[in-house]
Amino acid sequence: MAFITASWNPLGDAFYRKTDLYEMSWSLRDGLRDSLVAAAPYGGPIALLREPQRRSPSSRPQLEIYSASGGTIASFPWKSGPVVQLGWTVSDELLCIQEDGTVLIYDLFGSFKRHFSMGQEVVQSQVMEAKVFHSPYGTGIAIVTSSSRFTLATNIDDLKLRRLPEVPGLQGKPSCWVVLTQDRQTKVLLSNGPELFILDNTSCTVVCPPGLSPQDGNIVHMSVSFSYKYLALLTDSGHLWTAFLLHPFNLEFTCLPRCRRPKSQQPSVVLMWDRLLLVVGVCNETIQYPIEDPCVLVGEMDGVRIISSSNQELLQEVPLVCQDIFKIASMAPGALLLEAHREYEKSSQKADEYLREIKEQSMLGEAVRQCVEAAGHEYDTNTQKSLMRAASFGKCFLTDFSPDQFVTTCRELRVLNAVRDSSVGLPLTHTQFKQLTLQVLIDRLVYRQFYPLAIEVCRYLKIPDYQGVSRVLKHWASCKVQQKDLTDDAIARAVCMKVGDSPGVSYSDIAAKAYECGRAELAIKLLDFEARSGEQVPLLLKMKRSQLALSKAVESGDTDLGECFTGRSQPLQTGFCKLQEQETLKDLYNQDDDHQELANYYVTASYREKRLEGRLSLLQSAVDEYNKAKNEFAVKTTEDEMRLLRFQRKLDDEKGAGLLGLSLQVTMETLLSLGLHKQAEQLYKDFRVPDKRYWWLKLKSLAEKEEWDELEKFSKSKKSPIGYLAFVEVCIKCNNKYEAKKYVSKVTPEQKVKAHLAVGDLEGAADAAIERRNEAEIGAVLSRCSASNSLVIERLNRARAAIAKK
Amino acid sequence: MRLRRSHLICCAASKEKMAAHLSYGRVNLNILREAARKELREFLDKCAGSKAIVWDEYLTGPFGLIAQYSLLKEHEVEKMFTLKNGRLPPADVKNIIFFVRPRLELMDIIADNITSEDRHHSSRDFHILFVPRRSMLCEQRLKEQGVLASFINIDEYILDLIPYDGDLLSMEYESAFRECYLENDQTSLYHTAKGLMTLQALYGTIPQIYGKGECARLVANMMLRMKREFAGSQNQILPVFDTLLLLDRNVDLLTPLATQLTYEGLIDEIYGISNGYVKLPPEKFAQKKQGEGSKDLPTEPKKLQLNSAEELYAEIRDKNFNAVGAALSKKAKIISAAFEERHNAKTVGEIKQFVSQLPHMQAARSSLANHTSIAELIKDITTSEAFFDNLTVEQEFMTGVDTDKVNTYIEDCIAQKDPLIKILRLVCMQSVCNNGLKHKVMDYYKREILQTYGYEHMLTLNNLEKAGLLKPQTGSRNNYPTIRKTLKLWMEDANEQNPNDISYVYSGYSPLSIRLTQILARPGWRSIEEVLKMLPGPHFEERQQLPSGLHKKRQQGENRTTLVFFLGGVTYAEIAALRFLSQVEDSGMEYVIATTKLINGTTWIKSLMDRPESPTQ
Repeated sequence: MAFITASWNPLGDAFYRKTDLYEMSWSLRDGLRDSLVAAAPYGGPIALLREPQRRSPSSRPQLEIYSASGGTIASFPWKSGPVVQLGWTVSDELLCIQEDGTVLIYDLFGSFKRHFSMGQEVVQSQVMEAKVFHSPYGTGIAIVTSSSRFTLATNIDDLKLRRLPEVPGLQGKPSCWVVLTQDRQTKVLLSNGPELFILDNTSCTVVCPPGLSPQDGNIVHMSVSFSYKYLALLTDSGHLWTAFLLHPFNLEFTCLPRCRRPKSQQPSVVLMWDRLLLVVGVCNETIQYPIEDPCVLVGEMDGVRIISSSNQELLQEVPLVCQDIFKIASMAPGALLLEAHREYEKSSQKADEYLREIKEQSMLGEAVRQCVEAAGHEYDTNTQKSLMRAASFGKCFLTDFSPDQFVTTCRELRVLNAVRDSSVGLPLTHTQFKQLTLQVLIDRLVYRQFYPLAIEVCRYLKIPDYQGVSRVLKHWASCKVQQKDLTDDAIARAVCMKVGDSPGVSYSDIAAKAYECGRAELAIKLLDFEARSGEQVPLLLKMKRSQLALSKAVESGDTDLGECFTGRSQPLQTGFCKLQEQETLKDLYNQDDDHQELANYYVTASYREKRLEGRLSLLQSAVDEYNKAKNEFAVKTTEDEMRLLRFQRKLDDEKGAGLLGLSLQVTMETLLSLGLHKQAEQLYKDFRVPDKRYWWLKLKSLAEKEEWDELEKFSKSKKSPIGYLAFVEVCIKCNNKYEAKKYVSKVTPEQKVKAHLAVGDLEGAADAAIERRNEAEIGAVLSRCSASNSLVIERLNRARAAIAKK
Repeated sequence: MRLRRSHLICCAASKEKMAAHLSYGRVNLNILREAARKELREFLDKCAGSKAIVWDEYLTGPFGLIAQYSLLKEHEVEKMFTLKNGRLPPADVKNIIFFVRPRLELMDIIADNITSEDRHHSSRDFHILFVPRRSMLCEQRLKEQGVLASFINIDEYILDLIPYDGDLLSMEYESAFRECYLENDQTSLYHTAKGLMTLQALYGTIPQIYGKGECARLVANMMLRMKREFAGSQNQILPVFDTLLLLDRNVDLLTPLATQLTYEGLIDEIYGISNGYVKLPPEKFAQKKQGEGSKDLPTEPKKLQLNSAEELYAEIRDKNFNAVGAALSKKAKIISAAFEERHNAKTVGEIKQFVSQLPHMQAARSSLANHTSIAELIKDITTSEAFFDNLTVEQEFMTGVDTDKVNTYIEDCIAQKDPLIKILRLVCMQSVCNNGLKHKVMDYYKREILQTYGYEHMLTLNNLEKAGLLKPQTGSRNNYPTIRKTLKLWMEDANEQNPNDISYVYSGYSPLSIRLTQILARPGWRSIEEVLKMLPGPHFEERQQLPSGLHKKRQQGENRTTLVFFLGGVTYAEIAALRFLSQVEDSGMEYVIATTKLINGTTWIKSLMDRPESPTQ
C-alpha cells in the first residue's frame, strides 16, 4: 500500500502512472513487427494482420482478432486484396480498407458482413493511406490516394462520399495528416513539408499557427486528442508544438492556458520511438519510459493503452483525487481517513486522533467522498477495498449522509472488476465506463456472447427486465437458433426453458431469425410461445402458413389483422366484410350455407330496391332461403309481405290510394279513412288480423271521421272484443260527450267508475263505486270532486267509513 | 341586470371546475384525462402552424369530455368543420387535420375532400388522426383512392376509456353490444382490453380479476396476453384498484329493459343524456328572463351539463324520483335561509363575508331553479296514466305474474300504435322474465308488430332473437323465478326515501348485475354457484402477480376499490345502485364504474334495430 506512489512519475504539477492491465494471453511469434494493428478504444478488440504487404499467392496473410487481453476471438487467412488500414467502428465491427478503395466489414467473430467502395477513381489511383475516425454520427473513413486527393465518408452506415478539393503543391501523400471533427463538420488537417493546410468540402486553406515558424522545420507528425480538443505537431527539427483547439476549423490556436490545479487536468503528449516512450507536458518537462518491444498505442479518453507483444499497460495522469489521497504527506481529508482506518484496523488509538482531526475541520463528508471516488479510479482490487472500507468506516461517524454514491460505486466496481478479468478482456476505467454507459456495456457483453455474465450484471444492478435480462435473452435466443448442430426440438426446448415467460422477449422475433436461417419448423415451434397472437400472424403469413395465421388472428381479437386474409374465417370475416362490401358478405353466407343470414341479406337488399318487381323477386329468394333454414314463421311473414305489396299496388293502380310500402295496419287505416271499408275488411280477413286490433282501428277511424251512426252500428255488430270503455274514451277524445254517454251503460262493472268519470258524471261514478264497495275507486272519485259536490262527497265518505268498519 | 351578472359568474366558475369533479372520487380519474390531453397536445404540436380540424361528427361528443375548444385554440386550431363530401370550406390555415374513426365510408369522404382540393394554390398539409386506433384497412382504402401519399402524419389517438365523472369511465362505443352479440365482431373487446391496459399503466396492476360471460372471458384473456407482451418494465405503481369485475351485458338483459326510476335515470329515459349533456324543452326555463319582458319565449332547447361538479345534482341524481321533491324543497329552504343571513349582517366584516359567499349561493340558487324545472317536467310524465300502466306491467313481469300469456296491455299498445321501441322493450322483458316465450305467444307478438309497424322490422326481431332478448321457450324449465328468489331481485318493501337496499332504483326491482357485484364483495360468488350456472357464459377468477413491494398494506377500516366494467353498456340506475353500495357504511367496498357506453332501454334496443325509426313516430 505504501508503494502506490512508486509507479508515479511527476510531470510539472501532475503525476503520471502506468498500471499493468494484462499479461497478453496471445502468443505472437514475431511480436507486433510488420503487422497492421488496430485496437478499438474503450478496451475494444484488437485486429492484427500479419505482413499485409506480402504478395505471394502461396502464403496468404493471416487476419487475427483478439480481445483486449489477447484472447483469440477469430483467425482466418486474408483472401482479398492488399489491406492499407484496419479499424474498428463504434459498434465493434472491423473495417478493412484495401488498396483499391474497397472497404470490407467483418463482425467481431470474423464473419463477413458487407462491403462498399470509396469511389471509382480510387480504383486506378490506389489508396496511399487511410484513417478511421469517430464522430457523433458514427464511424467515418478518410483516404488519400496516390494522386494526392482526399475522400471522406463521415458515416459508413449512411455512406456519402465527399471528394475534397486539391491541395496546391502536394505530390504523393502528405507528410502527415489528421481528421478533425467538431460541430457537425469534418475536415482534414495536413502538412506538406513545413506548410500546414486545412481542407474542407470546398476549399483548401493555408494556416500559420502562431509560435510555429517555418524555421522549426518540416512537420513530420501530428496528432489530435481523443476529444478533438488538443493538437500536437512534431517537426523534423525536434520541436513539439501543442495547441488547444478552440475552434478547430478556423484554427484559432490559443496558447495553451497555464492550467492550474485543481481546475483541469493538463494535456500532455505521448511520443514513441523504437525504444523510448516520452511523455511531454506543457511545462516542458518529460518523463521517459524505456520500451523493449514494438508497441501499439491506443488513445483513450483518460489515458493511453500501451500494447506490446507480451503485456498491456495503461498510462494515465493520476486522477486528482488519487493524488490527494496517496501523495506522500498529504493532509487531504481522504488521506487522513484512510490513515485513520488503517490505525483502527491495528486497534490503535491513533485512529481516533486522525478522525478528530478531520472532524475538527468538518471534512468527514468530504473525506468519505474522496475515498469512494478514488476507489473508482483504482485498478487494483486491494486498493479499491481498502479505500471503500475507509469510506465505510468514515460513514459510521456521519449522520444524514446519502449512501447513494457509496452503493453505486461498490456495485459498479464489482461489474468493472468482472469485465476487466482477462477471460472477458474489457479493460475499462471508471471514467470510460461512465462515458460508455451501462446499456452499451451490456450490449458489448452480449455482442461478445458473454450471456451469463451479462445476465448477472443486469440482475446485480437491478436493471428493469425489459432493458436488462430480457434483452440479453433475446440476443442469446437469436444466436441459439443459428446453431446448426442442434435439432429443432432441442433448440426450441432450450430457448423455451431459458427465456420462459421473461417479459418483453418477443418469440416472434426469435422465430423470424430462425426462419431467416432457413429453419421454418423451428420458427413455428417458437411462435407457439409467442404471447401476442397479433405478432404471430405476419410471420406465419410470410411462411405461407395461412391457416395457422388465421386462427391466431382470430385469437388476438384485433379485427384489423383480418386485413391479411382473403377467405375462410367466419367471425373475423364477417366483422371485416361488414366494413367492406355487402356483396362479399353474401358470397360468404353462400359458402357457409348460412340460409338464415342469406335470407336476411335478401330482405335487406329488397328495401334498397326501388322497382316493385325487383323487390318481389328478392323477397322470393328470401322465402326460398328461409325455407331451407326451416324458419316457417319467416316464410309465412315474407309471403304475407309480398301479398300485401301486390295488394297495395293493385289498389294504387285502381284508386290511386298511395299505399305502397305502408304497413298492414296503416294500409287498413288509410282504406277506412278513404271509405274503402270493403277492402279493409278483406285485408282484415286475409291477414287474420286479431279482432281486438281491428276493432280499435275501426273505432278510432270512425270516431275521427265523426261517423257516429256507423260507430253505433259497429258497436252493436257483435260483442266488442275490446270492451266498451274504449268507445267511451275515444268519443271523449273526439270531444263528443253525448255519443260517449251512449256506451257507458255497456261498460263492465269493473270499469264503470272510470267510464262515468270519463264523461264527467260524478253522481254515476259515485253510485258505481259505492255499489262495488271499492275503497280505491271511492278515493278516485273523491279526488275528482270539488267543493260544490258536497252531497256526493258526504255519501262517499259515509260509504268509505262503512267499508272501513267491516 | 343583477341576475344576469351572477349568471355569468356562475358560468365562469363552472368552467374553471370543468374537470375538478373528476378528482373528487376515490380514484383520481383526472390523471387519465390529463394523460389523454397531453397526448392530444403532442399530436397537435406535431403539425406546426395554424390548423383546421375536420371532425367525424360522432367524435365531437366524446372529445368534449377530454378537451374544450380553448385547448385546441391554444395549439393554433383556428377552424373546425364537420366531415362531409365535396370541397373543404375555405380556411387560411397551414394544416388540415382529419379526426376520424377508422371507418371505410369515412375514408371515401376524406378522399373526396382531398381530390377536390385546388391543387394549384393550395399548399396545405394534411394529417389524419385515427380515433381510437389506426387501421391497415383504412390506409389501404386511402391508398386505393390514391390519396394516401397526401398525408404528412397518420397517427392514432388512443381514446379508449374516457373519464365521464368522478367514478365513471365510458368508452362511448355505441355499437359494442351489437357488434359482440349480433355480428360476432370482437373489435370492441380488443379496445376494452387495451383501455384496461392503459388504465393499469396509470393506476397500477389490478391484482384480482373476476368475470362473468363470454365477452368478459375474452377480455380477460386478451388482458392477460397483453400483460405478458408489454410486461417489460414491471409496473411500479401502487395499485389503486383491488379488483376488476368484468360483466357481460347479456348476463343481465333484464335491467336495461326496465324503466329507470332514479332522477338521473328518468332524465335519460325521457330526454336522453348524451356525452354528459341533456337537451330539455325550453318552456319551463323561460322565467329566467323576467326582467326583459316575457314576450319571446326561447325556442332553442335548453342544454345543460350534468355531472357531479354541480353540488345539488350530485346530491339528488341517484335518488329515487319520489324522493327528489323533498330533497329539492329542503335545499330551497337552506338557500333562502342563507340569503336571509344578509339581514343579520351588521358589521362591515359580516357584510364582506356574506358578499364573498354570494357567487356560490347564487350558483346554488340557479342550479336549484334548473332542477326544480326538470323535476316538474318529469313529474308531468311520471304522474300520467300511461307511465303508470307501463310501470305496472313491467313490475308484473319482474315479479313473474302471467309472463307466459299474451299481455293485454302490450296488445292494446300495439293497437294504439305506441312507439315500437316501447313495445319491443316490453315484449323482450316478458321474454326474459319467462326464460323465453311460448311459440304461440311469440309468433303472435311478432305478427302483431310486423303487421302494425311494417314487415321491415323482421330484421330487427331477428336481431333481438340473436341477442337472446327474445327467444322461444325451449324444453327447459323457466329458471327466472329461481334466479329472482336467490338473488332477491324483487324487494316488496323498497324504501324510496331512505333506501336500505339497491332495489330503490327501480322501486322494487334490484338490478341483477348489481346484485352479482354486491354478492361478489360479500359473501362471494361461491354462495350462488347454482344461479351463476343458469346465467349465460362462464364465470372465472384470475390473479395478476404484483411485483413484490407493491402489495398494499391495508389500514384498518380502509375500503377496497373495485372497478366494475360493463361490457355492452350500463344504465344510470345501475350506476346509482353501485354508488349506493359504495356509500353503505359497513360495505368496505367502493366502486368505480366503467362501460362501453351509457345506455337505457331505448337507446339499447335502438342500437339493435336494423331500420331504426325515430321514437316520435
